[in-house]
Amino acid sequence: MTKPSTLRRILTTDLPVALIVLFAMAPFAWMILTSLTPSALITSSGVSLSPAGWSLDNYWRLIEQTSFLMNMLHSLIIAVGTMLLGLVVAVTAAYAFSRFRFPGRRLLMLQFLLINMFPVVLLILPLFVLMRRFGLLDTHVGLILANSTVAIPFAVWMLTSYVGAIPKSLDEAAMTDGCSRLTTLRRIVLPLMVPGIISTGIYIFITAWNEYLYALTLGGRNVRPVTVAIQTLIGEYQIEWGLLAAGAVVGALPATLLFLFVQRHLIGGMTQGAVKG
Amino acid sequence: MSIVTTTRAAERSGSFWRRAHLTPYWLLAPAVVVTAVIVFLPMLQAVATSFYDLILFRPNASRFVGFGNYIRLFQDPVFWTALWNTVIWIGLTVPLQMGLGLITAILLNREFPWRGLARALIIIPWALPSVVIALMWRWIYDPNTGVLNDLLIYLSVVQGAVPWLADPHLALYAVIATLTWQGFPFFAVMILAGLQGIPKSQYEAASLDGASPWRQFLHITLPGIMPVLATAGLLRVIWVANSMDVIFVMTGGGPGYSTHTLPLYAFIKARQNLDFGYGTAIAVTFTILLGSFVAVYLARTMREVEK
Repeated sequence: MTKPSTLRRILTTDLPVALIVLFAMAPFAWMILTSLTPSALITSSGVSLSPAGWSLDNYWRLIEQTSFLMNMLHSLIIAVGTMLLGLVVAVTAAYAFSRFRFPGRRLLMLQFLLINMFPVVLLILPLFVLMRRFGLLDTHVGLILANSTVAIPFAVWMLTSYVGAIPKSLDEAAMTDGCSRLTTLRRIVLPLMVPGIISTGIYIFITAWNEYLYALTLGGRNVRPVTVAIQTLIGEYQIEWGLLAAGAVVGALPATLLFLFVQRHLIGGMTQGAVKG
Repeated sequence: MSIVTTTRAAERSGSFWRRAHLTPYWLLAPAVVVTAVIVFLPMLQAVATSFYDLILFRPNASRFVGFGNYIRLFQDPVFWTALWNTVIWIGLTVPLQMGLGLITAILLNREFPWRGLARALIIIPWALPSVVIALMWRWIYDPNTGVLNDLLIYLSVVQGAVPWLADPHLALYAVIATLTWQGFPFFAVMILAGLQGIPKSQYEAASLDGASPWRQFLHITLPGIMPVLATAGLLRVIWVANSMDVIFVMTGGGPGYSTHTLPLYAFIKARQNLDFGYGTAIAVTFTILLGSFVAVYLARTMREVEK
């Protein structure tokens, strides 16, 4: 009974799943192989499939000859800044949405959902004009604000669903004991929100780290995040795929690892809140 | 004495009530103010700009043209090409992502030893920066040294190297394939969550009644995941319509106008020609066209929230 059913399972489940996993991973795996093959070898004999042809040559060139580490630092500042701004304004907003019934609640919730749907292109052009006027182009603050257009509504919705899952009776008990609303938020609700805050924060970090169009348009010589820097690794006369691949692998690594780390927590919140992925 | 305490209590409860009324608004104020400044103000600015003939870095030549930009738009053949490309772009990408996501979710919903690992590995395309995805696929599609041509020639599917991104008849479909790859994990994860919400007893009852797997799929699985499919599908239509970073890096809208979608056309007009008035008018038109999908999605989600 068990033997044929195991074989059947392998044929109908494991094998197709393996094919899909291969499809999902192959392009990035190919990128890693490319990054490990020295550029001269790529042009002469193609990407090396065997470890014999591998070296960290491209990675050394990336660190020594380009300002890639500096670009990583800019991305880090922007991603952390976006995360902090998004979380700080969203925590109290989420508490208000889930614990109060007040005139305009629906409209305000709708507003945050609506912002999430705005085309980037509709915002990017006027943001460029406005930031140019206020001298915010090519600054960290400018890019943090631009990324917050996505991060704040996302955080508000995610956190509202997290606070909604915390029993109201806890708040009521604390307030009967004489705590004010803000003390209740700080002492009772906030500690329980920590897992939600962490996963929302990490997702904001990932989105801000991966963001490209704002970085390209509103950044510049002084503030050049990693996504824009990767593209500049394309050589002047011919494309340097090895160096480019090394940059892509290093640039993608922080966000990808974080994503794998929090995926389970995130997905629960997202399917409940049905927010933008 | 007692009068004083009661009035004080009344005062306190009065201020308490006033404060309780205002508390949610105070709590919401930071988020609302920040979004008003960084989203609604720019949006109003965009609508205003679309009525001007504004070439950036020549601000003195800016002048009010009313609906001039919009009239120009309807006479612009590139606008209609981009609109048509946007329709193909959404019409193919979203169903392909959904179909592949559905198959993946059904497989991942079965019992097998390395399920957790497979689930984690499958979402890698979702986690990668879009600029990396675009460059990676450009490298794969490269006509001279790309691995796709090598593979296809080796398997004798094609005779010679195919210039995937340089052929105006193929480029849009090549980019759609990339976007399908990027987006199917989202559907897989969403649908998987929906599948896990269907009680097992329903399947047991159905197989006792002798229903074939296909009939079980049609009558139990599909109705069970319909809400998820609808929500995720709508969300993805909006998201795919808006996303232009992958196309921008892969083809820059070319060859010719063959991979121009509406948001990309607006972006390129503003970025390369610095024609902000016209670019913004395209962006506003696109937003209005997308509005109907957004309205349906908003109505659905707000209904969920009220439950």
